[in-house]
Amino acid sequence: MAKKRDRALVVIQLSGGNDYLNCVVPYENGHYKDARPNLKITDDRVIPLDNGLGLNPGMRPVKDLYDRGKVAILHGIGYPEPNRSHFRSMDIWHTAEPAKVGDKGWLGQAVRELDPAGENVVTAVNFGNGLPRALAAPGVPVASVGDLTNYGLLTGIEGHRQREQALATFNRIYAPVAGSGAVMDYLGKTGQDALRGAEILQTAPQKYRSDVEYPDNPFASSLKGVAQVHMADLGTRVFYTQYGGFDTHADEVKTQERLWSHVSDSLAAFYQDLEEAGRSEEVVVLLFSEFGRRVKDNGTGTDHGSGGVAFLVGDQVKGGHYNEYPEIETSALVEGDLRFNNDFRGLYTDLLEDWLEVDAQPIVGGQYEKLRPFVSVSTG
Amino acid sequence: MVRDAKSRLQKDLARMSPEENGAMVTTPASIETQLISHLLRRAGFGGTRDEIDRFSKLGYEATVEHLLNPPSVESMPQDIIRRYHVDQSDLRVQPATGANWIYRMVTTNAPLLEKIALLWHRVFATGQTKLIQGKVIVTQLEMFRRLGLGNYRDLLLALSRDPAMLMWLDNQDNHNGAINENFGREILELFSMGVGNYTEHDIYECSRAFTGWTIANTPYNTQKMRNNTARPYGYIAWQFKYDDSDHDHGEKTFLGKTGDLNGEEIVDIICEQRATARFIARHLYHHFVADEVPVPQWPHVPPKDPEAIELMADAYFSSGYSIGEMLRATFNSGFFKSEATRNARIKSPVEVVVGSLRLSGGYEWPTMDVYDASASCGYMGQGLLAPPSVEGWQGGEEWVSTGAMMQRVNYASRIIGDPSRPGVREIIDAVCRSGASRDAETLVDECLRHLGYLELGVETQREIVEFARGQVAQLPQGGVKQRDEAVERAVIAVLQLAVATREFQLA
Repeated sequence: MAKKRDRALVVIQLSGGNDYLNCVVPYENGHYKDARPNLKITDDRVIPLDNGLGLNPGMRPVKDLYDRGKVAILHGIGYPEPNRSHFRSMDIWHTAEPAKVGDKGWLGQAVRELDPAGENVVTAVNFGNGLPRALAAPGVPVASVGDLTNYGLLTGIEGHRQREQALATFNRIYAPVAGSGAVMDYLGKTGQDALRGAEILQTAPQKYRSDVEYPDNPFASSLKGVAQVHMADLGTRVFYTQYGGFDTHADEVKTQERLWSHVSDSLAAFYQDLEEAGRSEEVVVLLFSEFGRRVKDNGTGTDHGSGGVAFLVGDQVKGGHYNEYPEIETSALVEGDLRFNNDFRGLYTDLLEDWLEVDAQPIVGGQYEKLRPFVSVSTG
Repeated sequence: MVRDAKSRLQKDLARMSPEENGAMVTTPASIETQLISHLLRRAGFGGTRDEIDRFSKLGYEATVEHLLNPPSVESMPQDIIRRYHVDQSDLRVQPATGANWIYRMVTTNAPLLEKIALLWHRVFATGQTKLIQGKVIVTQLEMFRRLGLGNYRDLLLALSRDPAMLMWLDNQDNHNGAINENFGREILELFSMGVGNYTEHDIYECSRAFTGWTIANTPYNTQKMRNNTARPYGYIAWQFKYDDSDHDHGEKTFLGKTGDLNGEEIVDIICEQRATARFIARHLYHHFVADEVPVPQWPHVPPKDPEAIELMADAYFSSGYSIGEMLRATFNSGFFKSEATRNARIKSPVEVVVGSLRLSGGYEWPTMDVYDASASCGYMGQGLLAPPSVEGWQGGEEWVSTGAMMQRVNYASRIIGDPSRPGVREIIDAVCRSGASRDAETLVDECLRHLGYLELGVETQREIVEFARGQVAQLPQGGVKQRDEAVERAVIAVLQLAVATREFQLA
């Protein structure tokens, strides 16, 4: 291998509450069949895995990666006193603060450790509109990209030549002006950082060479953007993107399968892309959702629940099951939901300490049991 | 027929100033004009050229009075909005709630009411994250409009009885014999005096005094929760209830006063404190005058301008706790009008978004654009009805990060560069009509006037003139037609660049 490259973490947020039971399906379990009279995934449709578990029919490419030992399934993940609000529960995952309303994102804090002086404006890159709370921390620059091919400042100026001229002027009018004061200096630096970030990221699609075809959906475009930025060696350590629609109160079977096929196909293309470039050892992907859903179905869908599943995918991931599948029988449930048995802050600790190599305790607020999902862990 | 705020504002103004004169100012903005545009940026969301010219004729102090006591309060009628947006009928959740507020702010002819509601929304920050519904916060915001410029005692009492606040700070779990201190602590720390002016024992006694201040009909709400996991407390509009049987009637001592104190007495005692007057003054100063350090640092860092704080605190007491009087004293003060104060405060995301939209027009009728506007506030870090924590938004430099900067610059330049918006169309036509497009310096001057007399630093202005020169040079030689496309593109580019400046980020 050539020079040792930095590792990158790619976080994929599955927004809306991915239904655990119909994602990693305990299809041989009688309690599952009883609880899901209307939307159980039947034996003929499930993708059998092992241990009496199978995958959602939309997850064929995930099965292939699983067979190659590249997928860790993290069962029963959650946190104490589960909150069934999308906003609040997502907030808790973003800030690693289940007890109070936190304001600093776990990844934003990690980025500050990785790049304390904020020298690289693209240490963290978010694909999507806005900045997820997970990436927010005071003074930490994060680039947030809607569409990489069209990313930049003054995108509302239509003429190409006119925009180039305007950007040149922008750079000059944000330059330090002696005696203009701290606020103007700060605005100037931030404006120039933003411009610099955009200029850096714009180089990525130009450098990128690949024959891998990604599916035609916005999520796949985001993952392709991640691949482009990672392969451009811009020093990006944390990527973030999300895919929504998992809030399947109704029409769950069709919807969840469709969403997972988008996610799985895109993920498979992404993995292949990295592999063909010889870069798959450098990247770990985390997929999580803010909560799982009710054990009992409501006719055509499921309501908000607790206890969920997360996945790690990557060349350096030790594939297999982590933790037990929570009990599904009614007497074992908490208010009709699965009892979580796997605190997500343990997983965060794995990722922070053993993948990004930063101190986890101040970020997750304590010591949590790690899952140890990586093949080899650097001792540095 | 819906009328936009601009026309209502013009109507109001016409009533007050008989002079009908829309003639263009061709000289540099007078100090009066600069002060009026400053006042409109701070007490509102900035003025259009037309508004500033008209208020300038009225005079500064009369404009202050107009803002404090608007002759009418109108914005796009809710029934019209509802006809277009079903989700804004019941205002249960985002994005309906935030978008509805955007309508208010963009179309109102009484912008100070929205500005004060924004302040109290920041200080008494209540969020949908915990309440799982926005309707009760919409009701809270309505209360801020009604009482926000009035007597602080009334406001604080209404806040203590506000169901959204009670739930936000768990006061429904504050019982006689089982004290929950969340509200009792925050009313002192965040809503009135700030850390350092009371003891832990005062917090405990204050919390006892608010036992029994709760939400009516909680068993029904709980039932709703069982039936619908997505909406733990239901989407119904909660009501305040005082439950005397759950109130702790024992003797309490709060800030040196002893008795069977109830919440009303606590609010009375709070409002008598000089610390309260100073704390509220500092919030008003931070919101309307100049960026202060983040609130958690206030106990350790003296105010930027202690004299200003004392002047406002004096106004608080001499007026019997009137917020409006504190603001009147502020707006008419030397420190507010000083050159050091003008164009030195970082605009909040809402100011960037609403300010751009008020300049650009296009809100004569409901438009889906309102959702983009509300979402954009969130992208820039100020999600309406979604404060990041109980401490609200700190503001100042915390508004600005690389991502937020890109959003701010791109949003403003996208809106101001859209000639299909009537306000932008008017600006382009006026600039073209004036013939300014033939000379770079005049072109830039004219554009800046139309952007609410935007003032640029010398260097910035020089660069933009340079840019404009390049644009003008590219125009076809000879006589230029008034609505020539190339001319329009040049004007638009100058407008877009002008709102992409650092100066536009400031108010």
